[in-house]
Amino acid sequence: MFGDIGTYLSSPGNRDLVLQQLLEHIYLSLLPLVLGLLVAIPLGWTATRFRWLRGLLLGGANILYTIPSLALFVILPAIIGTGITSPVNVIVALTLYTATLLVRPVVDALEAVPQHVVAAAVAMGYRPLARFFAVELPLAVPVLAAGARVASVSNISLVSVGALVGIGGLGLLFTKGFEIDYLPPIIIGILLTLILALIVDLLIVLLRNMLTRWQRVGAHVGGGS
Amino acid sequence: MIEFRDVTKKYPDGTVAVDELNLTVEAGTITVFVGPSGCGKTTSLRMVNRMIDPSAGEVLIDGEDVRKSDPALLRRGIGYVIQQAGLFPHRTVLDNVATVPLLSGWTKAKARTRAAELLETVGLPAEMGKRFPAQLSGGQQQRVGVARALAADPPILLMDEPFSAVDPVVREGLQDELLRLQGELDKTIVFVTHDIDEAVRLGEKVAVFRQGGVLAQYDAPAEILARPADDFVSDFVGRDRGYRGLSFVDNEGLPIGQVDTVLVGGAHSPSQQWTLVLVDGDKPRGWLAPGSTVDGEWTTADALAGGSLYTRGTPLRGALDAALSSPAGLGVVVDDAGAYAGVVTAEEVLKVIESRRETAE
Repeated sequence: MFGDIGTYLSSPGNRDLVLQQLLEHIYLSLLPLVLGLLVAIPLGWTATRFRWLRGLLLGGANILYTIPSLALFVILPAIIGTGITSPVNVIVALTLYTATLLVRPVVDALEAVPQHVVAAAVAMGYRPLARFFAVELPLAVPVLAAGARVASVSNISLVSVGALVGIGGLGLLFTKGFEIDYLPPIIIGILLTLILALIVDLLIVLLRNMLTRWQRVGAHVGGGS
Repeated sequence: MIEFRDVTKKYPDGTVAVDELNLTVEAGTITVFVGPSGCGKTTSLRMVNRMIDPSAGEVLIDGEDVRKSDPALLRRGIGYVIQQAGLFPHRTVLDNVATVPLLSGWTKAKARTRAAELLETVGLPAEMGKRFPAQLSGGQQQRVGVARALAADPPILLMDEPFSAVDPVVREGLQDELLRLQGELDKTIVFVTHDIDEAVRLGEKVAVFRQGGVLAQYDAPAEILARPADDFVSDFVGRDRGYRGLSFVDNEGLPIGQVDTVLVGGAHSPSQQWTLVLVDGDKPRGWLAPGSTVDGEWTTADALAGGSLYTRGTPLRGALDAALSSPAGLGVVVDDAGAYAGVVTAEEVLKVIESRRETAE
């Protein structure tokens, strides 16, 4: 078994293919993660500011998320006018999934910022936008990071589906393996997907820890008044 | 000077939070808004810095309608201390205090220097500046809240139940601290509380609000305790208002007597009188009952715990309390340094009150 993988990887052509698909996989899964976050944050903020939009946005997000990924990959080109094998389809589709997955955590995180902290920021003279970036967003980081961890894993696994409609990524190793009924590329694809998901998850945790040093200080060493 | 002119706040659902409020807060004084919850005191406070705009009427600061000012700029010029301090949990204490100077465009270095000065002003050690709010006690957080409000040296300070979330002992310390600070800073302070004791303790003027946002009485605290405007105010100031009113009666004419004293460790021959025990030369520590004897050298443990101490020259409330809480019925009088100065009895305190009543008539 491992001998077969070694044989497969001994070919420079195969190695290049694996590396190329890995890079493409990273690109196709992480760009939507960032874009989705950039879409979800203003959407979530809007939902907290205008109560009537809240139900609409959160309900809409849930419905969007239920559309099967394969169907979305196929339908999107017709809607946005791209070719069926264009990577843009995957990026747009996964951005949608990420955004829909993250809208609720964004709303929850913003609503969890204590009222007296928000009121204090208003009273100090922050304008709404500055207040959002200076106070509300930093306090939302822990919840956002939790959402981003789920979305990153979901994206990394969904990119593979793109191979079924001829888009690159590690999924290509699965389809190729099936075509020629040969296991090694499939196993390599699974292992790399797993490792990629673990590394990205770790990176998000590290980034979160960097941004939330205030959360991990020992409480109450003060004493007295 | 802050003026409320015919100010009304009505919400779309018909609730009236503030009803035709007319009131002037004099510059350089502490004015307390007090009342039960839902009486419009916080709403009124928040109309000063435009966190809430009135539905009718106007709020003026030094003659200028606040609604002519940009809200964010107006707020940077008015200090605000909120319930539970409202510190930003993700910023260090120093950066919390530096908030308004930084918003107003100060350099980071200058803002931090100023913030460090203010920590000292409110009685916090400089090294606390590096901590995060979660590492501070409630009382310390509240001090940081006050420092943050004072950072840009605003002429007006709005305080919204700032001390309600800390325990009574810490609260009293914070109140004293506020009075001391006000002695140095001379700000125009509007202070909101639901606690009438806090109101009469801090306020030079007290505005009592009733449900529905109606101003029931606006007067000096002694007046409110002595002559409540109506049943609501007299109920609100409570049963003890006669006793609390003594906080505003000076001690002129109060005779101070003397008792036998004994030093801890010193020789004590049994006496038929109450004897006051002193430590460190002149500090009252407790009482020895008449006829009590001790074998050999005796310690403070042999003394009965004393009552509260009355500092010479302060209002009569303290004198009466000292007399009533003392096992001997004798209130111990101390000087400003805490040294024994004499004793008073409840009877003498009451005589002074009676004689005041006669001269007033």
